[in-house]
Amino acid sequence: MSAHPTSDDRPVSGRRDAKAVNRRRVLFDTAKTACGVALFGLGVGLYARNSQALPAEAIRPPGALPETDFLSACVRCGLCVRDCPYDILKLAELGDGVATGTPYFTARTGPCEMCEDIPCVPACPTGALDHALTDISKARMGLAVVIDQEACIAFQGLRCEVCFNICPVRGEAIKLEYRPNKRSGKHAIFPPVVYSDHCTGCGLCEKACILEEAAIKVMPIRLAKGEIGEHYRLGWKQKEDAGDALVTPDPEHKYNLPAGKRYDHAGRGLIDDTSADSPGSGTALDTLRKGIREAK
Amino acid sequence: MTTNVSRREMLKASAVAATASAAGVTLAGVNPALAQDGGVIRWDKAPCRFCGTGCSVLVGVNDGRVVATQGDPDAPVNRGLNCIKGYFLAKIMYGEDRLTKPLLRKKDGKYDKNGDFEEVSWDEAFDIMAEKWVAARKAKGPKGVGMFGSGQWTVWEGYAAQKLIKAGFRSNSLEPNARHCMASAVGAFMRAFGIDEPMGCYDDLEHADVFVLWGANMAEMHPILWSRLTNTRLTKEGSEVHVLSTFENRNFELADNGMVFEPQTDLAIANYIANYIIQNEAYDKDFLDKHVNFTKTPTDIGYGLRADDPREKAAANRAKGKLSKISFEEYAKSLEPYTLEYTAELTKVPAENLKKLAEAYADPNKKVASFWTMGFNQHTRGVWVNGLVYNIHLLMGKIAEPGNSPFSLTGQPSACGTAREVGTFTHRLPADLVVANDKHRAFAEKIWKLPEGTIPGPKSEGGTLIHAVAMHRALKDGVMNCFWVLCNNNMQAAANMNDESWPGWRNPDNFITVSDPYPTVSAVAADLILPTSMWTEKEGAYGNAERRTQFWREQVSGPGESRSDLWQIVEFSKRIKVDDVWEAELLDKMPEYKGKTLYDILYANGQVDQFPYEDGMVTDGDGNAYKNHESEDFGFYVQKGLFEEYRRFQYEGPKKGHEMADYDAYHKARGMRWPVIDGKETLWRFREGYDPHVAEGEGVKFYGKPDGRANIIAAPFEPAAEPPDDEFDLWLCTGRVLEHWHSGSMTRRVPELHRAVPDAVVFMNPKDAKKRKLRDGSTCKIATRRGEIVTRVETRGRNKPPQGLVFVPWFDESRLVNKLTLDQTDPLSKETDYKKCACKVEKA
Repeated sequence: MSAHPTSDDRPVSGRRDAKAVNRRRVLFDTAKTACGVALFGLGVGLYARNSQALPAEAIRPPGALPETDFLSACVRCGLCVRDCPYDILKLAELGDGVATGTPYFTARTGPCEMCEDIPCVPACPTGALDHALTDISKARMGLAVVIDQEACIAFQGLRCEVCFNICPVRGEAIKLEYRPNKRSGKHAIFPPVVYSDHCTGCGLCEKACILEEAAIKVMPIRLAKGEIGEHYRLGWKQKEDAGDALVTPDPEHKYNLPAGKRYDHAGRGLIDDTSADSPGSGTALDTLRKGIREAK
Repeated sequence: MTTNVSRREMLKASAVAATASAAGVTLAGVNPALAQDGGVIRWDKAPCRFCGTGCSVLVGVNDGRVVATQGDPDAPVNRGLNCIKGYFLAKIMYGEDRLTKPLLRKKDGKYDKNGDFEEVSWDEAFDIMAEKWVAARKAKGPKGVGMFGSGQWTVWEGYAAQKLIKAGFRSNSLEPNARHCMASAVGAFMRAFGIDEPMGCYDDLEHADVFVLWGANMAEMHPILWSRLTNTRLTKEGSEVHVLSTFENRNFELADNGMVFEPQTDLAIANYIANYIIQNEAYDKDFLDKHVNFTKTPTDIGYGLRADDPREKAAANRAKGKLSKISFEEYAKSLEPYTLEYTAELTKVPAENLKKLAEAYADPNKKVASFWTMGFNQHTRGVWVNGLVYNIHLLMGKIAEPGNSPFSLTGQPSACGTAREVGTFTHRLPADLVVANDKHRAFAEKIWKLPEGTIPGPKSEGGTLIHAVAMHRALKDGVMNCFWVLCNNNMQAAANMNDESWPGWRNPDNFITVSDPYPTVSAVAADLILPTSMWTEKEGAYGNAERRTQFWREQVSGPGESRSDLWQIVEFSKRIKVDDVWEAELLDKMPEYKGKTLYDILYANGQVDQFPYEDGMVTDGDGNAYKNHESEDFGFYVQKGLFEEYRRFQYEGPKKGHEMADYDAYHKARGMRWPVIDGKETLWRFREGYDPHVAEGEGVKFYGKPDGRANIIAAPFEPAAEPPDDEFDLWLCTGRVLEHWHSGSMTRRVPELHRAVPDAVVFMNPKDAKKRKLRDGSTCKIATRRGEIVTRVETRGRNKPPQGLVFVPWFDESRLVNKLTLDQTDPLSKETDYKKCACKVEKA
């Protein structure tokens, strides 16, 4: 694969042609670093600590090793930055809070466009970006989190879904989990839910979020993920993963039922089989109210 | 100036302050919050500016500016919700490049077709326009001038335009962009029921058990209705959703039965279902005996292309649509070819899916609502295919009652209220009247106080009906020389821009005026640009797809010298002397009109000007006063006068069933669904008990037809005009996305929406992309026989086309997809088919 892949193959907008400045920029950044270290010797300790803790909004390129390993492997050469066809990668400068000279991007202003050929990764001479990553959908740059469900207008029932629509891992990384809107009584809510087994952390959703401050943000995985205790499993997921029930299914159940009724054992329970004019006549609100009354 | 402080807000604020001071407390939050807003916000109701759903919003004004909006929690359609476009309503009027002054192409101080745009006064703008219009009217007759309006016009803008063109200029060349949008729906309503618009209402979304979407991407294009449909699917036991489309769209996310069919074969699917119903004797015999006639329509009718196109020459019955009666047996026989096997093979939909759909329609215990929009209407057999779905509902008697509802959704906020109800089409007059009918023309002339014969019949000299697509052809051919485009972006919207639209507008003989709030592609192609006050910068009324008419008051003033389309139309009429545009023998019939202007005859006619206006008289329930710029300028309550004259067509005209409430009632209500008789709205039409026009004991009556019976209309499958071949090997389908409205002139000026969807990409099957050495993100060229555009490939987006089809949205003015499309129409409805032409895609 060419180190400068298919530049004519890239988007119509947002491309910068000249990359020539990058070497000079790298030298300049290195010089700045040197000066910085010399001039602010007292701050070295602080600087070193900073470089270990990546700010949450700075995201490493696809395939980046775990942060400590990445920092030891990255030689600050800037080749990944040069080969990013969308120019979203940036080499950290002093004051960015990111180890100076290392590559990162900020989702809100320039997310990873998830190039199928991932040109930044083969460009890395040291493997700080893991060359084993050849399928961009396997990248885990971070994890999108709908961090403010109060501000997200989709959670209020407005028909936004911009994050869902822009997500390149369509219908897998972000899903809309429909639920009825009890307030309006006749609409649904389409809240976005992120799935970590598919989210690459590219940040397209954070950029596209139409709020003043994004309600969905890409976070480092260590901050974004919770973890369920090993002592408990979600039965329906285990069954789904296994492809079948983990224990032998029951034989068919039979019931004493009046005429016109049947019973769906594992599903809807008692069903009115006559289903005449009005199995669910009336408004959705009527249906909802019925449900509540029966529950009481 | 608009009243800054809303009475209620002021009272509230004073109450809070009073309470606080009485309690001896300083409320830290209150004053800074008010200061931040620069005062208090006055809230008033208005319908959303965008789609045909007709959500209601509350518009918040402070210091002469719309500073916020909110979904109206008390509006029955949306109960406080909005889609992402509605969420940004507060920003659509404040794009940086709003037009604020008339602009005329000039060179050396004079108008010049090849000059550059220069700011001019309204006087200069209207002077040159009047000169050109009078000259064209004299040289070319009524056909020489034309106006192209909008389903986004207010009701009275459409009505004022109708009068100016048909009565003033005595030309039938008035069309709305709604011709591109729902003319096929209208054609089918008139043929089947003799009266336009759906019999049901949005409550069908809660009452139906089965939803069938035929070429309506409701999930994106009617977002709040989709939210209601989804809720029903989630909460109603046994409910199911069937989706038909030529590509997998977002409806499929909810579908129980998703079907991707080969373009154009929806005709066969509908006939298969009818055949299934008949073969299984599932039809409602009693209903058919009492309420239905069987008819057939002429076949092989061409594709609405220019007459010299080989496809038109080959058509045996070009543009013919006269129905002839047949028997039930003949109808049943016409369906026999549409077996499950044949249909599955032709459509490429698996037989089991088709059968499941047919069973749902045929099940007497399931209430079925069918929805469609552009997939059906933008179809070279659009009238036919609309009718084929009515056939199914009529066969089953599943019509005109809660939940049983064939429902033609509409795209624009007032395609129904303005284009259809006011009849701003070349062939129509208000309240379902048509210019081809001598009595209808005579009735309109009577209401309008005009001499007999003012409105030209279509067969009279110069009375030719020139529909939207034909207008661009007429401009190119020099038949029409003056063209005024308001409230739409037809250079971007019309098909075949390279061969027809652009050469037509830039024809050196032609003078093109564009009225718009923003410098659109159409404005760029115009000779004169008029700056327009939009949405809540004027008093308005829209009518949505469920026959709901909604009014709003002027909330803020338009920027600079911008004026509403209503003002522009009425003011322009002052420039035209009737002696210049009426033939002498007509004027002799009413000599008192000699020497008068069209303004005197059409608007200051003792009717439109009957309601006096004074500043401060337009108020809301809280006593806030609103401005009305047009009425202030003309010296009478012009909107009210136009609306009340228009209402006479509903009450005194030969067609009943369109009755609306009086003007003031609509300013109070959050919309009412017509017919409104004695203040009572109508939810379901044609059904006794629900519809006041159906008498006791009649049960169901399709009173739009003289015998009260609806037509089942037999029509076969016929192929598309331009299917893919070896060179142009893909179907090209165009359409919209949730985030943008139409040509994007408003939504692309909202930075957040632009960021969400900046470019029109080509949605493509990954296998088709791979075959062409393309992949997601690749730049590619899409070419048809008419032009090419360059864009980016999207293989993992929201739309998933099957192999052999690509989809490109049309909102993006930097990628004008209508350079590619074919100016084919339904030969009956004259509506463009934007969904099917042949293209090729290659690496760019």
